[in-house]
Amino acid sequence: MAGKIKVATTSLAGCFGCHMSFLDIDERILALAEIAEFDRSPLTDIKHCSDQVDIGLVEGGLCNAENVHTLREFRESCKILVAVGACAINGGLPAMRNHIPLQECLEESYLDAVGVENPQIPNDVELPLLLNKVHPIHEVVKVDYFLPGCPPSADVFWKFLTDLASGAEPSLPYELVHYD
Amino acid sequence: MTEHMLTIDGQRIPFTEGQTIIEAATAAGVYIPHLCHNPEFKPHGSCKLCTVKVNGRNCSACTFPAADGQEVLNNTQELNETRRTITQMLFIEGNHFCPSCEKSGNCQLQAVGYYLNMLDAHFPFFYPSREVDASHQEVMLDRDRCILCELCVRASRDVDGKNVFALSGRGINSHLIVNSTTGKLKDTDISVDDKAVHVCPVGAILIKRKGFEVPIGERIYDGQDIGQVSLEHEMPIVEEAEHGR
Ligand code: SF4
Ligand code: SF4
Ligand code: FES
Repeated sequence: MAGKIKVATTSLAGCFGCHMSFLDIDERILALAEIAEFDRSPLTDIKHCSDQVDIGLVEGGLCNAENVHTLREFRESCKILVAVGACAINGGLPAMRNHIPLQECLEESYLDAVGVENPQIPNDVELPLLLNKVHPIHEVVKVDYFLPGCPPSADVFWKFLTDLASGAEPSLPYELVHYD
Repeated sequence: MTEHMLTIDGQRIPFTEGQTIIEAATAAGVYIPHLCHNPEFKPHGSCKLCTVKVNGRNCSACTFPAADGQEVLNNTQELNETRRTITQMLFIEGNHFCPSCEKSGNCQLQAVGYYLNMLDAHFPFFYPSREVDASHQEVMLDRDRCILCELCVRASRDVDGKNVFALSGRGINSHLIVNSTTGKLKDTDISVDDKAVHVCPVGAILIKRKGFEVPIGERIYDGQDIGQVSLEHEMPIVEEAEHGR
């Protein structure tokens, strides 16, 4: 084969559950490795996308400035960008903070919570700034496909990637569509 | 007596005088997607999910009377795409975090999303601030998930005779209110056996301490789609009403 399909993955404001579910394709990953190779991904520890990535899988929504930066890099580098899982699609559980003012969230976590020692709100320049609200990724970049689920099952990843690899328009049958 | 007839997607459907299009369809085993309609109650016609084309014009099947010779389009790509857009708007207007919702798997809004192959919400989210009322010992009201269908309003008024609920406000400010001096559920005479507590199509009105009782895999829409479930449940209700006419 001339060149393998390049797949990049990242987790923004997510829990890595989608990545774990992806790995649940189990031994099918060997068949995948025949036709695809991983580019930037927590699985390879490659830190930046190469110029031309075929498929970018994005887990998680946007809760801080670094998430937005990473997402933009993905959009620039990936021919096909995929929102993977509830958080990327609607903000998910992190977005449940959206109707609580950010200051109150921080105070509750770092000052007032039970068992907090040396209470202080972290304020290091190295830390990415939090966004006022958590956002799904389609509000910031164009998204080509969506894989719903919390997480999407391994079969969802498999169906999607094999559809794409075979040149078919990806589609999910009824039994693979879940929002939980 | 000549039988009354209309067609839905070319199929001949008999109906009785006074039936709406959706009642005739249900009796004949044809599913028309719907959320605010429940054959046990007077139609409300607010969600527009049941939109069909009647002789070329869009109409709500739950309120539009069946008439002889109507040519109705229902299960077409165009109508289902419109319905999907409507469903997406319902999602972005509220706060629907299905993974943490007790109704997940048993929810009609979610099931309609599945039925219409809705994979995302398309629009920017509103993330509105809506009040949760957990004041009552046994019944919980989470307005984040309310789709303003008025089924609880209709059930409480027409069946329970209690008038516990009403809608207030307009447009994006519409919201469900509770008729008590404090506006809280605890100060009403609502009880868990009330019809109003059992008709909510989504996870807005819930009975406490019942959440996640049914495991994933055995919930209503895990095995069957909402078209099948809805017909199974609603056909006998419509047939009974027909005999009563
Ligand atoms: S009410 Fe239905 S759609 Fe809304 S969060 Fe709960 S399960 Fe999801
Ligand atoms: S609480 Fe439930 S039944 Fe009542 S209006 Fe809202 S969605 Fe409808
Ligand atoms: S079901 Fe007809 S408008 Fe809601």
